[in-house]
Amino acid sequence: MTIKDIYTTMDYGVAPESTVDAMAWLAEHGSSFGHFIGGSWTTPGANFETRNPATGDLLAHISQATQADVDTAVKAAQKAQPKWEKSGGAARAKVLYALARLLQKHSRLFAVLETLDNGKPIRESRDIDIPLAQRHFYYHAGLAQLFDTEMSGHVAHGVCGQVIPWNFPLLMLAWKVAPAMAAGNTVVLKPAEYTTLTALLFADICKQAGVPKGVVNIVTGDGAVGEMIVTSDVQKVAFTGSTSVGRKIRQATAGSGKALTLELGGKSPYVVFEDADVDSAVEGLVDAIWFNQGQVCCAGSRLIVQEGIAENFYAKLKARMDKLRIGDPLDKSVDVGAVVDPVQLATIKRMVDSNSAGNTHVAQTPVPDGCFYPPTLITDLHPADTLMQEEIFGPVLVATTFRTPAEAIEIANNTRYGLAASVWSENINTALDIAPQLAAGVVWVNGTNMFDAAAGFGGLRESGFGREGGWEGLMAYCRPAKPSVAAKPATPFPGHDGPETGIDRTAKLYIGGKQARPDGGYSQAIFGKKGELLGHAPIANRKDVRNAVEAQQAAKGWRKTTGHLRAQILYYLAENLSARADEFAARIDAMTGKKQGGAEVSEAIETLFTFAAWADKLDGAAKGVPFRGVALAMHEPVGRIAALCPDDQPLAGLIRPMAAALAMGNTITLSASAAYPLAATDFYQVLDTSDVPGGVVNILTGPQEPLAHTMADHLNLDAVWNLSDTAMTKDVETRAAGNLKRTWTGAAADDTRAWLAAATEIKTIWIPYGA
Amino acid sequence: MEQVLTPTHLPQTVEARNPGIPLDLDWALGVQANRSAIERRCATLPGRRSIKKHHQAAWLAKAVACIDLTTLSGDDTPMRVRRLCAKARQPVAASTLEQLGLPNLKTGAVCVYHDMIATAVDALDGTGIPVAAVSTGFPAGLSPLHLRIAEIEESVAAGAHEIDIVISRRHVLTGNWQALYDEMVQFRAACGDAHVKAILATGELGTLKNVARASLICMMAGADFIKTSTGKESVNATLPVTLTMIRAIRDFHDRTGFRVGYKPAGGISKAKDALMYLALMKEELGNRWLEPDLFRFGASSLLGDIERQLEHHVTGAYSAGYRHALG
Repeated sequence: MTIKDIYTTMDYGVAPESTVDAMAWLAEHGSSFGHFIGGSWTTPGANFETRNPATGDLLAHISQATQADVDTAVKAAQKAQPKWEKSGGAARAKVLYALARLLQKHSRLFAVLETLDNGKPIRESRDIDIPLAQRHFYYHAGLAQLFDTEMSGHVAHGVCGQVIPWNFPLLMLAWKVAPAMAAGNTVVLKPAEYTTLTALLFADICKQAGVPKGVVNIVTGDGAVGEMIVTSDVQKVAFTGSTSVGRKIRQATAGSGKALTLELGGKSPYVVFEDADVDSAVEGLVDAIWFNQGQVCCAGSRLIVQEGIAENFYAKLKARMDKLRIGDPLDKSVDVGAVVDPVQLATIKRMVDSNSAGNTHVAQTPVPDGCFYPPTLITDLHPADTLMQEEIFGPVLVATTFRTPAEAIEIANNTRYGLAASVWSENINTALDIAPQLAAGVVWVNGTNMFDAAAGFGGLRESGFGREGGWEGLMAYCRPAKPSVAAKPATPFPGHDGPETGIDRTAKLYIGGKQARPDGGYSQAIFGKKGELLGHAPIANRKDVRNAVEAQQAAKGWRKTTGHLRAQILYYLAENLSARADEFAARIDAMTGKKQGGAEVSEAIETLFTFAAWADKLDGAAKGVPFRGVALAMHEPVGRIAALCPDDQPLAGLIRPMAAALAMGNTITLSASAAYPLAATDFYQVLDTSDVPGGVVNILTGPQEPLAHTMADHLNLDAVWNLSDTAMTKDVETRAAGNLKRTWTGAAADDTRAWLAAATEIKTIWIPYGA
Repeated sequence: MEQVLTPTHLPQTVEARNPGIPLDLDWALGVQANRSAIERRCATLPGRRSIKKHHQAAWLAKAVACIDLTTLSGDDTPMRVRRLCAKARQPVAASTLEQLGLPNLKTGAVCVYHDMIATAVDALDGTGIPVAAVSTGFPAGLSPLHLRIAEIEESVAAGAHEIDIVISRRHVLTGNWQALYDEMVQFRAACGDAHVKAILATGELGTLKNVARASLICMMAGADFIKTSTGKESVNATLPVTLTMIRAIRDFHDRTGFRVGYKPAGGISKAKDALMYLALMKEELGNRWLEPDLFRFGASSLLGDIERQLEHHVTGAYSAGYRHALG
């Protein structure tokens, strides 16, 4: 075309980014890579090909790690860890700073390599992925610097096994490696088999940055290698990827004592109110669902638009889609690049082709042959349609409408996932009311896909648990220096005598604010040291668990109460318990045959006071993110918790999880000490007299193991805390994989912060502003 | 050898003029403009569109064709205006234009104060380049209304093809939308067949929402073009203001079928910036708005930078300012 022709057509033409340097780097390595273990490269072994998805061209041969390779890497990491941790935060900061600098110095090489390997537009790798990865290392250099003073009382886990996905290869590496290193861990990381190359380039720069040998180890291969890492001798596992694999990892690590964070799938809602800046909301969708070909776990993939503006909104959206440019990801004017692999392309096609509901608009824009999929919009869907529920992980947006704010929330939260959400409204009341009510770990007001190292990122529900970024992300890479001591299960006293005194008192279960007979109609006798009958405790079964959780569901108003009110109720509980202190002390002593009842009651009252104090003081934070606006880190209740309470403190061991849960706005079902349940059954009278709303606290008695099964299986519980017999932990953690509920095995009694952390989730709300 | 391609670049040669519509306050006051989101869109645009080599040369030539070559100074004299007009006729060195294959490239218009209209009309006689005059008490627009209207009439009588009026910012800032609409209707009527560009002076409107509202109301009142700035405000054309205004133009076209032109003015001095303005027009409004009947740059120093880039394109060597004729 001549200039004169172009003067008429006003086309963009092509603007390809050069691949010369990236190809030269591959050639330097013979286009064949081993693993990076203990600071050096292994000889390439059995391998697989990695290809450029946009062209199908072969880029390199990648080694498939064996069990021996993984073992060697873990050993190298173990060997390096103590010295790395002891070198201190300041020394680690220097290394992280050097990594950040080197990422910056080689930024274009990283960007081009990423685009070659992954197929994402060079605009994204150059302007988003690589700068965010740099920022992550800079930020964590700072966290490392401050670690020794600000995180005292915490130590590194040890060796972290990290498995990352193919959609943001280097960025996900940064999210995993930087906090691990900052806290003094060493790592064994496996990049996704589709997109290994930037992790290998990162290994190269680790040498230049002076990362001590063995601190960063990178082994390559497919999911089988990930499984080897997960089951190897690591103390922490971090995974980003699909919910199905996350579930398997939860099961594989169950009972192992390995710390675990999972960042999984999503079907994030994108809610547009009638008073939104519609053009900006349409443009936002370009960044929500057509960013990285929609292969983004937090992609705004579910458009929920107010009915009155839906038609106009769809018309504008279609016009915008038709302007997207799809093609060579190395072209600097391309909006949508290649899908990562033909396998993924086939999955997207299969899902969309199997849908016959709604109205489908395919972007009227040229799509090259090969691994490309056109931006697609499917409107007039309903929550019952499969594509409204299932993650597509491609450039496909589904849409439905709502009538009222309440309905918007209802539809938005009608999902098993809970990763991210967007809300668009120019009304501050609407936006700030809706944002906290969306079930998601991250909420963007009038925006989408904003990320920063200072702000936590992570999900609720089946989108996983744990946060990455910020101080909260660092917490996932260390543990209290003073570990909690697991309570040993007690053996109840045998007996056969009748009661020593008085009228028979019938203890019942406490469900929904009422005393309830056990569904099964069985009770167990509880005897004192001399074999005297102290009373009967009901034996709860699975239906009682069901009823208790339903009562928790009905008590959903509790989470909206003020911290002040919750504090008042906890103080009131303390007051009423105090009034009956002697009675409780005597009860504990009678059951345990010891003389510690008085001290335990005092401790329980102290615990109530402590958590009452915290109820309105666990402040959130306004994060220092680099944009005009605020990113709020808000503490939200986890939701519906079940706790298995220990035998060592029949009363205080029940009150501690209850108080922590209640203070933060959770409801809780407590499985009382099986050996010594009568303090718990006495306690519901205290609950009845202390203004605790029905269903907020439920108390079950009887053998814990069957209750633990039902609780861990229950899909409407958000967390199960096993504070009792550790023998149950493996079963609880395995079953918890069903809905990926949070599991926890407790902390030291005086580590109040840890209890509060277990009772809360951090929600990051991004609020850009500008008059 | 001068060849006249079209008699003028005036919109009526291809486009029905926007006759205006009754004031629709529900529409104008319902408009929203989220500043952060608009700024994000603009900030990422240069990363999303890269125009290189032949395409860059063609696009820069297009930018030249869309320039309202402007002089609005107290020390303007007839010879100063004639020099500018000469530049408008031959904006880029003939040899360069020959190599680009665009020998007849001219600027979109010449823009002057009222007193210089006759000189400019004379200097541009036979070129087809229209003369635009700033009017209505430019730049502040605070002289008596009847004088502002009379000024338009006199400028039209003097031969101006286009009148760049300034709106009364006070009507926007006090929410007196009816007055804004009525004033614009009167200005439009006074222009007769001359085309009217409504200068919003966006740097003085305070918010993007005000920019969006004023844009819509001026179009409702019959503006042929909406224009950002006088060039005299402390903040003139910006990409966020542009995005806000052209989205209003798009909505106006969607609802009424009339295409209104857009003119960013002031502060655009780099060839690279001009490319981004063109790209934003193409993205948001489409190719139809890349022609001088619907798009103009109000600029004086932009041309110099474009000339250097175009010479670089044909020679491969970076250019120097003194090699290019003064305007």
